[in-house]
Amino acid sequence: YMDVIDVYWGDPHSGGVKPLTFVRQVLAACIYPKLLQSDKLPVDVRQRAQSLLTACDGGSVGSYTPSGGISYIRGSVSNFISRRDGGVPSSPENIFMTSGSQRSLMLVLKLLVHNQASLPTGVLTAVPTYNYLKMMLQRLGAAIVPYYLDEEQGWAMEVEELRRALQASKGVCNPVALYVINPGNPTGHVQSRKCIEEVIRFAAEERLFLMADEVYQESVFGEGCEFVSYKKVLSEMGPPLSHTVKLASFHSASKGLMGECGLRGGYVELVNLDPTVMRYAYTIFSTDICAPVTGQLALELMANPPRPGDPSYPVYAQETQSIQAMLVHNMNWVPEVLNNIPGISCQPMMGGAFVFPRLYLPQAATEKAKVVGMQPDLWYCKRLLEEAGVCVGPGCQYGQKEGTHHIRLCVMTPVETMEQVLKRLKDFHLHFLKEFS
Amino acid sequence: MGIFINNGEKFIFCFLIDSQTNLMRHLYNISWAISGTECELQKRNMTENGLGHRVLNMDTMNPNVKRVEYAVRGPIVQRAMQIEKELKEGVKKPFTEVIKANIGDAHAMGQKPITFLRQVVALCAYPDLLEDDKFPEDAKNRARRILQACGGGSIGAYSASPGIEIIRQDVAKYIEKRDGGIPSNPDNIYLSTGASDAIVTMLKLLTSGEGKNRTGVMISIPQYPLYSAALAELAAVQVSYYLDEDKCWSLDVGELRRAVKVAREHCNPRALCIINPGNPTGQVQSRQCIEDVIRFAAEEHLFLMADEVYQDNVYAEGCQFHSFKKVLFEMGPEYSSVVELASFHSTSKCFMGECGFRGGYMEVVNMDPEVKLQLTKLVSVRLCPPIPGQALLDLVVNPPQPDEPSYATFIKERTANLDILAEKAKMTEQVLNTVPGIHCNPVQGAMYTFPRLSLPEKAINAAKEKGQAPDMFYCMKLLEETGICLVPGSGFGQRDGTYHFRMTILPATEKLKVVLKKIREFHKRFTEEFS
Repeated sequence: YMDVIDVYWGDPHSGGVKPLTFVRQVLAACIYPKLLQSDKLPVDVRQRAQSLLTACDGGSVGSYTPSGGISYIRGSVSNFISRRDGGVPSSPENIFMTSGSQRSLMLVLKLLVHNQASLPTGVLTAVPTYNYLKMMLQRLGAAIVPYYLDEEQGWAMEVEELRRALQASKGVCNPVALYVINPGNPTGHVQSRKCIEEVIRFAAEERLFLMADEVYQESVFGEGCEFVSYKKVLSEMGPPLSHTVKLASFHSASKGLMGECGLRGGYVELVNLDPTVMRYAYTIFSTDICAPVTGQLALELMANPPRPGDPSYPVYAQETQSIQAMLVHNMNWVPEVLNNIPGISCQPMMGGAFVFPRLYLPQAATEKAKVVGMQPDLWYCKRLLEEAGVCVGPGCQYGQKEGTHHIRLCVMTPVETMEQVLKRLKDFHLHFLKEFS
Repeated sequence: MGIFINNGEKFIFCFLIDSQTNLMRHLYNISWAISGTECELQKRNMTENGLGHRVLNMDTMNPNVKRVEYAVRGPIVQRAMQIEKELKEGVKKPFTEVIKANIGDAHAMGQKPITFLRQVVALCAYPDLLEDDKFPEDAKNRARRILQACGGGSIGAYSASPGIEIIRQDVAKYIEKRDGGIPSNPDNIYLSTGASDAIVTMLKLLTSGEGKNRTGVMISIPQYPLYSAALAELAAVQVSYYLDEDKCWSLDVGELRRAVKVAREHCNPRALCIINPGNPTGQVQSRQCIEDVIRFAAEEHLFLMADEVYQDNVYAEGCQFHSFKKVLFEMGPEYSSVVELASFHSTSKCFMGECGFRGGYMEVVNMDPEVKLQLTKLVSVRLCPPIPGQALLDLVVNPPQPDEPSYATFIKERTANLDILAEKAKMTEQVLNTVPGIHCNPVQGAMYTFPRLSLPEKAINAAKEKGQAPDMFYCMKLLEETGICLVPGSGFGQRDGTYHFRMTILPATEKLKVVLKKIREFHKRFTEEFS
């Protein structure tokens, strides 16, 4: 092979997806305000950059911002949330922008995790789940309380399983929070409203802090699927739940159609927290001083894209539709292709950026992996990288039922690249099966 | 060949590194996969904990968080923001604007960005501009080079966790040049989200042990409160050493010795943090002093943390910046092969003032290879520093050369920024020293003045009644009466019974003159009111 194809990361630009023109034009004009006089930039770009620069101290994106973020942008984000949730009110004071949603997750965990109590703090976490969450929990000395997603049901979440997991944690740790990621990473599952209600009710009964990681909310294209936010469902469930269940919702400019991972723009919205705790939340967030301004700008542009009638709208619409088309195509086609490879099965993909197909590895292969001293799917990935030049994520990294093996692929990738990936994967897999038959 | 050895699963992952940026990221990811596997719930022989409350409230919140304070963004700043809001809403006050002289943010106070830096980053953000002939060729070349090192040629792609490879190389070259040729290895350079990110990461790495064996970290009094906040949150032991106000805030090794001796009775001192040039004090350490500190660190087996973010901000005659690394290596192998050091730098200060980009780096020297592996793992948890900040850093360490088109303008802007700061440093010291009851040490470097206040007994009592530190009481009153926001000395640490405030020297010269005048008038009024 001539080159290595990386579908390991959820990093669209790295994979060849192009940045949105409007976003980059506004960003450039904010960074180098002389461009405000350039007639090469559309009027709406220049106006937007001007508004944003006015909102920055000293009119420069090089200034620090208030710790939760630039007020103007917190306002934009809260309006975005409200619009998304059909009018459910959102307050800018409850929104904190950080260097990626990753950082928000870490800071919220810092509020929750005690490392000096007699029992470690526990956080209910899906199997499989976003691997960085587990790293963060380990780093903080928290215990992971695993709850298994149901692969045969398309990786659905079941409350009975949450109950079992909680029960199993008694005496071992002190569970304080429940982390869900919807749309799912690595699973591609999108939760139904009914499921979300059940989860909320469970969290309320068991007095768990809900952490809803919703960074893939813009990527929901599965047939009959709809993203509905935890906050919206919570609000619609009415009092007392809507006033008492404590929730942190996370979002980011890294995913969705913008894919601006490198700009590091993320936020958390904190719902129903005690005012005294909020004060400490503010202090904790302030020790980073502030989120990178480029990330904050990216969030603003995500919250407030061009509208029909704006000069930039036609190009924006065309670019986003093209990326969407790519995603929709891959979402339907990739699981199908994978399902047609002997020894691989893949659940339907409803949303998000990844598929998590199952590998049925021959016994001889798993035994060989043991000899080498590696988890079988990790060893499979290593060989796939070395022999076929394709980099994917091993299932052991995200968690899986004992004895099962998976790989994770990012499908927010141009179609031609995806075709190459699947071709090479198929060739490699068939070869692999032969070797160990 | 890239070799990643992981202790957990004992395997060696060898791979051919080609020019693809992504390959290095593969290695980090896959080596992570081994260590990132689920941690098992450890069954312990313990009775079930009777903790009924699980939801987040003051009782259940992480207790370490309660101990975290960060004065630079603390209550006085929050009040200042509130007042700003009120002014916008038309509330009448004895002033028309809030002057935020509380934070080291040059652009907020009117300093203009360096043209070349912004041109290159704009070109990186919107590469179509590479066709625009209004941008100079050297800016375009820099941008192309940076973009080539980014995934998919976009600053929107993640980079490797320690930062973009060529930028780490450029940082290493910059350090070598700065330090008269002493070699710097790019593998020892970690880019970070501002220097703060790297500092906290190192403190995290250094903190371990329990009870009497808990890590102690030596930090100056006064200090930049990021350190005390981080130590509180990590539940590490803060070991304070006092700078000598009467000797222009200099560091005395005798004081270091006293502090570490006392500390050894209740903790395990492992690290010594120095900020040079100093924040909030502005002192620039002499070469002799740096040698003494290095010798002390060697004797006491302390890891040295040298916060050098103000390295270009040196104003006083007779003062010069000496990097800890340079001095260390010039002391010969007896020290340079043994003393462990981390040096920190950032794009937020110096002549650039690009705080909002959150660019920075640290260089580690003589770090144990196994620990370095752990450090590499630790930084990967935060994915990567913002790419625009990395790009900006690249231009700071790789500025226009004399034969390049942008050189003249660059040098002009850089010199102007630093010269103006030097003037303001001098003016601030002079004016404040004309006020009876305020004593100000020379501002040798950095961006702040930390004058000492004589407060009347009555004022101190009034403050106590309000439950406020006396200098907080003073600063709050100053804010309410003049709109000037400073940070009370109590936020940085000071000797008992002394009071200070920290003010930046960043407001534009004319505005600074007004600020100093208002402070002088306020102090007179305050002294009279409480006499």
